[in-house]
Amino acid sequence: MTNKAVDDAIVVEHLRVVRGVREVLPDLSVRVPRGQVIGLLGPSGGGKSTLMRAVVGVQVIAGGTVTVLGEEAGSPGLRRRVGYLTQAPSVYGDLTVRDNVDYIAKVMGVGSDATDRAIATVDLTDHADARVENLSGGQESRANLACTLVGDPEVLVLDEPTVGLDPVLRRDLWDMFRGLAAEGRTVLVSSHVMDEAVRCDRLLLLREGRILSDSTLPELLERTGAADAEEAFLALIDEADRGGGAAA
Amino acid sequence: MNLRITLATAGRILRQLRGDHRTVALMIVVPCVLLGLLAWIYADVPVDVFDRIGPALLGVFPFVVMFLVTSIATLRERTTGTLERLLTTPLGKGDLMLGYALAFGAMAVVQAVVATGFAVWVCGLDILGPLWLLVLIALFDALLGTALGLLASGFARTEFQAVQFMPAFVLPQFLLCGLLIPRDQLPPVLEAISNVLPLSYAVDAMKDVTVQVEPLADVLPSLAVITAWIVVALALGSLTLRRRTP
Repeated sequence: MTNKAVDDAIVVEHLRVVRGVREVLPDLSVRVPRGQVIGLLGPSGGGKSTLMRAVVGVQVIAGGTVTVLGEEAGSPGLRRRVGYLTQAPSVYGDLTVRDNVDYIAKVMGVGSDATDRAIATVDLTDHADARVENLSGGQESRANLACTLVGDPEVLVLDEPTVGLDPVLRRDLWDMFRGLAAEGRTVLVSSHVMDEAVRCDRLLLLREGRILSDSTLPELLERTGAADAEEAFLALIDEADRGGGAAA
Repeated sequence: MNLRITLATAGRILRQLRGDHRTVALMIVVPCVLLGLLAWIYADVPVDVFDRIGPALLGVFPFVVMFLVTSIATLRERTTGTLERLLTTPLGKGDLMLGYALAFGAMAVVQAVVATGFAVWVCGLDILGPLWLLVLIALFDALLGTALGLLASGFARTEFQAVQFMPAFVLPQFLLCGLLIPRDQLPPVLEAISNVLPLSYAVDAMKDVTVQVEPLADVLPSLAVITAWIVVALALGSLTLRRRTP
């Protein structure tokens, strides 16, 4: 049990989150193994961002525990080891891409060569000296991603990193996520684009604050008899609704 | 708290300011224009009112300007998510607040040097005490504005609200600071209130420098009161910077 907690990068037990009057996550438990790309999929409003906020330790939680790399989520020891990408770009529009990334690099305590690497990784080298407010939406979200990557964290929590990006760049970013996982890093990626499921080691399907499925894609397809992730997800929703109806 | 992160934060804020030429120009030019206007208004009045009001205004400008700039800037950090990201990093709350204080303090020194020079050499303001002391007091006023601005931004959800906090925080202090009538002529209750408010001490200190050749002994207690306010405002402000939010 103790060993397992250390082996898993993220351990969530009986997490309960209430935002306003709404219970966003009623009772969520999940384990995320190290060194994998985990896709967090599901409709918007289902609790994906809230779960991610809880994992990086910025979400007030009403109950349960969230453990990351063996420590309580958000504890000071984790702040250098966990990288967080917010859904809305959280970069300074009045600074250049380089100044934005360089600032986070200094905060994380890494050298300016890390800045150049992070900018190159998101393919913004040609725009490094452009102010973020003059960039396109896709470029802005890549600048945002560069800020998350620059500290070279062990666990990356990425809230919709590929939204609004063109197919080539999306493919490149997913290749990069796979590369990071191959080096032993854990990448938790949320998406509502189901076709990105094929690039994940495991899939978490989250709907209305509950995990409908936690498995690999082949397991999911086998269980539901569906041809792809989207179809499988719809099958699971129908199953859950039927189950809920029968119980009522 | 970490010196590297604090300085990186101050540098980042100054870099943001540097990109905004219009804001910098307004911060530097507007106080001079207002001082010039004031000197002109009283140009034909026999009693030299400008010598009484001019120094007080030198204390008010950095306070008001830094309050506004800080409350808007930190509100933006709260609403755009940059603060949320920063609070997942090793950055401490103190790094952020001190970073803002350093950056806007530096800005305030530039503003104070230009405004003081303009008041003295262009508008003919008579100052008996040392000019560097005026700049030092202006720096404390600016830090006070920054600290209160940080605090106010914690209670604002939109930039409209943040702007409205300016009259709420600043105007009562302005009315009671002794600029309109000397504080000892206020009704007793108002005088007691003015004895607590920090801007009163800023204006007192500025006046001391104007009328005394060796004002330091009177100025230091005023600066101590302002410093106490800065510390309290920063401590309260840090409570509004929460790593975890609902």
